[in-house]
Amino acid sequence: MSIALSIIYLITTVTFVIGLKMLGHPETAKKGNLISGTGMVLAIIGTLFLQTKDVVIDGIAQTVPLYQTVPLIIYILIIAAITLGSIIGWFLAMKVKMTKMPELVSLFNGFGGGSALLIGLIEFSKNVGIDDVNKASSSIVITILAAIIIGSITLTGSIVAWAKLNGSMNDLRLPNYNLINNILFLALVAFGAYIVVMNTDSLVLIYILLIASLIYGYLFVAPIGGADMPVVISLLNSLTGIAAAITGILYGNMVMLVGGILVGSAGLILTFAMCKAMNRSLGSVVFGAFGGGGDAAMATVGKTGGNIKKTSASDAAVMMNYSTNVVIVPGYGLAVAQAQHVIHELEELLTKKGVNVKYAIHPVAGRMPGHMNVLLAEANVSYDKLIEMDDINPQFPNTDVVLVVGANDVVNPAAHNDPSSPIYGMPILDVENAKHIIVNKRSMNPGYAGIENELFFNQKTSMLFGDAKSALTELVSELKNM
Amino acid sequence: MNELLEFIKSNLDLLYILILAIFIGVELIKNVPTVLHTPLMSGANALSGVVIVGAIIVMLQSDPNNYLSLALGFVAVVLGIINVVGGFAVTDRMLQMFKKKK
Repeated sequence: MSIALSIIYLITTVTFVIGLKMLGHPETAKKGNLISGTGMVLAIIGTLFLQTKDVVIDGIAQTVPLYQTVPLIIYILIIAAITLGSIIGWFLAMKVKMTKMPELVSLFNGFGGGSALLIGLIEFSKNVGIDDVNKASSSIVITILAAIIIGSITLTGSIVAWAKLNGSMNDLRLPNYNLINNILFLALVAFGAYIVVMNTDSLVLIYILLIASLIYGYLFVAPIGGADMPVVISLLNSLTGIAAAITGILYGNMVMLVGGILVGSAGLILTFAMCKAMNRSLGSVVFGAFGGGGDAAMATVGKTGGNIKKTSASDAAVMMNYSTNVVIVPGYGLAVAQAQHVIHELEELLTKKGVNVKYAIHPVAGRMPGHMNVLLAEANVSYDKLIEMDDINPQFPNTDVVLVVGANDVVNPAAHNDPSSPIYGMPILDVENAKHIIVNKRSMNPGYAGIENELFFNQKTSMLFGDAKSALTELVSELKNM
Repeated sequence: MNELLEFIKSNLDLLYILILAIFIGVELIKNVPTVLHTPLMSGANALSGVVIVGAIIVMLQSDPNNYLSLALGFVAVVLGIINVVGGFAVTDRMLQMFKKKK
């Protein structure tokens, strides 16, 4: 490696650290992303053109630039691959709707894992048919196998997560799936150890390991419920980082090692932060398979029931018009209906009429923590009107009307008072403390987590049925006429 | 076992870097507001695309007559760069929206 390339890798590593740091603050986040992106481009260009190779010319050992020895066709292939991938990546990133963001991040993540597993495969096949003296040491083989196993798990796991968020795949739970998964995982590790110990170069064994890892990735994510998917994506993201770091060890490449480990450990912390926001332990996410409406949820259905009160757009408009304080609780249903802009219009209209309007943002509103903030920001909602849960909860008793749009689990009082509920203990928005609650929902179907919500049967609650966009549009036009 | 000790001995600086990097990662992400969790996850995801560097190295070392290896390497580069470009672009798009405060 030339000294210039070493320096570039060092600079890139620093940009990763600084970029990640800046991503943690709202004012600097965008710049931070740009800084690490620049670092990445530097590293890619440097890797392409600044590598060196030791060769012996006329009996003298010399170091020459690698590009002088690499056939042109390989450069053409690499540039073609980079161009093709950049276009695909750019296209996907620009076209995606903000509501579909979590899926896309998951998909990108799977691609990173796929890349790592392919590198592992190629490196292993280089070892095939080599005499014992020049064969890779077992520590190298361990690294290669780890890259293949982790890369495969993230590839299929991320694709399953993508398909689930997409709605194109339902939860799959084999009988005793935890047992099956754990046995399969142990078998994977044991099989990998066997390959290392036997010092085999059999490609057949590697393909078996590869396929088993791919299946494990699928089975690992398949039983996990939709509500827990953000945590899983974050966990898989962390795994991709580790896969990248492992391939970095393979090449003694510091930027891959440090970059990968940063993502690995940061991703893990983020995973725990998300678990905390949902009051779930990582163990119960991975092994609990919550979110599809289990027995506990069924039990709650019987207990609640009772009468619901329907309201109309004009009644709701009157109620809000004569309020002092209104809090809007937006949920994923709002985003699905593409009603972010209408709700912003409603908010502006009410503000003009002298009503104090705020948004209450639950940490896991939307499909990922912070997702709702992105969605509302897209609709030009002012940042300081978005109030986080801990700050808004004490304000609910002074709130005249809470308008819940497309949110369900994050306002479910069962989290406080029903120990049998799967969301028991999750911090929620205490909207039931407000004077009036208007809930907009398409129907009485339970929310994403599949749990009945007793808030809807509360005396203070009126239900405004209908698609979020049309219901809100009606509300806006009623208000305009007042 | 001996080989493991040998590995540790010859890669000691690597291990130092590895462990220190773990701590840096933890410190960097601690206390980030939930608002930024989504962009942060997406941004970190883009960084894990650094695996592209490995994919390029593999390609550069490939035997031009080993078509299988070339094909796999090609796909590895494509997947890696999608992760990088898509990851950074989508993060930027997300953060762009935060900037539009009025």
